[in-house]
Amino acid sequence: MEENEVLVKVENVSKKFCKDLKKSLKYGFQDLFGAFSSKETEAELRPDEFWAVRNISFTVKRGECLGLIGHNGAGKSTLLKMINGLINPDEGSIEMRGRIGALIELGTGFNPILSGRENIYNNGAILGFSKKEIDGQLENIIDFAELRSFIDMPVQNYSSGMKVRLGFAVAAQMQPDILIIDEVLAVGDLGFVLKCFKTIDTIIPNTAVIFVSHSMPMISRICSKIILMEKGRAEVQGNQVAKAIDRYYTKFANNGSNVVFSDNSVKLIKAEITQTRDEINGLKQLHWGDDLSLNFCFENINLEQTPEFLISISDKEQRPLALFENYKRTDDIKITKNEISFNVVHNEIRLSKGVYSINIALIKASNKEPIFRVNSILEFQIIHEDDVWPPFLLNAKYGNDLCSEITKI
Amino acid sequence: MQIKIYKPSNSKVKFRDIFKDMWFDLKNSRDLAWRLSVREFKGQYRQSLLGAFWAFITPLMSALVWIFLNATGAVKISDTGIPYPAYVFTGTMLWSILTESVNMPLKITTGAKGMLGKINFPKESLLVSGFYNVALNSLIKIVLIIIGVLALGVTPNFQLFFLPIAIIGIILFGFTIGLLVTPIGMLYTDVGRALPMFMQLLMYLSPVVYTIKDDEILSKIINLNPTTALITTGRSSLTGLPFENMSYFMIMIPIMLMLLLIGWFFYRFSIPIFVERSSG
Repeated sequence: MEENEVLVKVENVSKKFCKDLKKSLKYGFQDLFGAFSSKETEAELRPDEFWAVRNISFTVKRGECLGLIGHNGAGKSTLLKMINGLINPDEGSIEMRGRIGALIELGTGFNPILSGRENIYNNGAILGFSKKEIDGQLENIIDFAELRSFIDMPVQNYSSGMKVRLGFAVAAQMQPDILIIDEVLAVGDLGFVLKCFKTIDTIIPNTAVIFVSHSMPMISRICSKIILMEKGRAEVQGNQVAKAIDRYYTKFANNGSNVVFSDNSVKLIKAEITQTRDEINGLKQLHWGDDLSLNFCFENINLEQTPEFLISISDKEQRPLALFENYKRTDDIKITKNEISFNVVHNEIRLSKGVYSINIALIKASNKEPIFRVNSILEFQIIHEDDVWPPFLLNAKYGNDLCSEITKI
Repeated sequence: MQIKIYKPSNSKVKFRDIFKDMWFDLKNSRDLAWRLSVREFKGQYRQSLLGAFWAFITPLMSALVWIFLNATGAVKISDTGIPYPAYVFTGTMLWSILTESVNMPLKITTGAKGMLGKINFPKESLLVSGFYNVALNSLIKIVLIIIGVLALGVTPNFQLFFLPIAIIGIILFGFTIGLLVTPIGMLYTDVGRALPMFMQLLMYLSPVVYTIKDDEILSKIINLNPTTALITTGRSSLTGLPFENMSYFMIMIPIMLMLLLIGWFFYRFSIPIFVERSSG
């Protein structure tokens, strides 16, 4: 096995699809017979056709993992189908070297009324295993799927998670040179997903992987190269995975803040981030290490006591990352009859490069009852030259300590 | 290392390469084909009490209907040379082998639609598996026919040795016709609907349940009909009647083999188009 062997070579691949089924079938019919005349210029779109994939080129070497991201309908799955040889490109060429394993759907070929054991053979045969190979791996597969007690039950009585387990357990026996994964691991409980990734991790070093997912943490974890697709074209392509992910997130630009709860005792008037460096498309920008300073202003309708504020920061996937401390007694936040207004500052923010949003909730100080809650009230972007995926980039000082000195402590 | 190149379907490829690929895939598809047949077979019979009975009940019923019609004198059928029940029984059974063969390629391909859009496997395995299914059902039917013929008082003679060739001829013919219409049938469901009707019509133009000797034009059409040669050859092998259309039958086999190859080639070519149009 050579290092740096190019296993997947995709050159200027395009594919057109038709929006109208009747026409689509007609074109299919024409393609059936027209291909032998080979006069037609394929570059032209016929009525109601569009480019589902347009001019995509890339290579994947052994040991590399290419991530494909983009909106639903951006052309990712179509591209995968061409790479897997299920459909032919309309233009360009694809060259694949070695054994191909495709995890586009798990458990293909299962017959629901047959038992899990029998279906291991069915699924295995479709994936290209001989009966002998499956005989040898049968016990491993059953153990991996953790389904020993149900293995002789008809698959129609399995839950969807169990089917996926069984399907993956069979697929995990493949030793492909090229592995194609299309969002198959979404089902299944956490334990199993982790197990799958552990398996994939062991496969990756000797394999060229093409991975389609909407889960950016998974993409950033696995991929060394990335293509962001938009309307069939490669919008961002290269080694800068984090950059492409950022770009992907900005596609879902501000969805607007939404009031999740209100008991109508306060009303939001204004919220803003002060002291920003710049503003692009309404997105405030800060540099890594800047102070984050927020101003809030509410109209007080009938609150008498100062509420507590829960201010949190979420990332683009709405995962909460951080919570601001509550005010201290010495801060002495006061409210007037008409207005609640305050500012809060966090010094030297260490969030890594990316887009974040701020949520705020007001709760009664006495019994913690919610008063008002709004998500994504503000958005901001942190600028830093390093692309890192984890949400925090901690500043650090390094020095030379000898091992002996450390162990003494 | 195995190299695969995918290009637009109208790009020029050497015929030699294609046939090499076809041969390679055919060899590689045996395991899967067998597995698919086992799956089909087990799946079919696990949820059924009567099991293999269903393989031959339809032709048996239609034979009984015709025997009844003839016995009551509702239809008058000219002399068939052997007891009429044996004639019609062999006819409908052999015919059912033919219709099953005709329907199989389309049926098994559309049935595998889900698989075709998800996994790349040698497509030949579908056809081979379809052939296994037909062959197995035919085997059941043949055993039944022989028992039936003996029970109806007809004793086969040495011509029985020709039966395997006759049956292979029937399956080959049916499979080839079915394979040739499959690419279009995968795109348009009309083909799948028209096939049984067409076969019904063809049945009455073949000596399946009756012979026509007095109407000159009709008997000419029947004699020209290739399925006539298939049915009579099969029936003669079983019952010891003289072979009537032997030369027709023998010429048909190499032609069908050639058409089968063309059909196969066309089939491989059409699958990606089908996948693209049906589950894009």
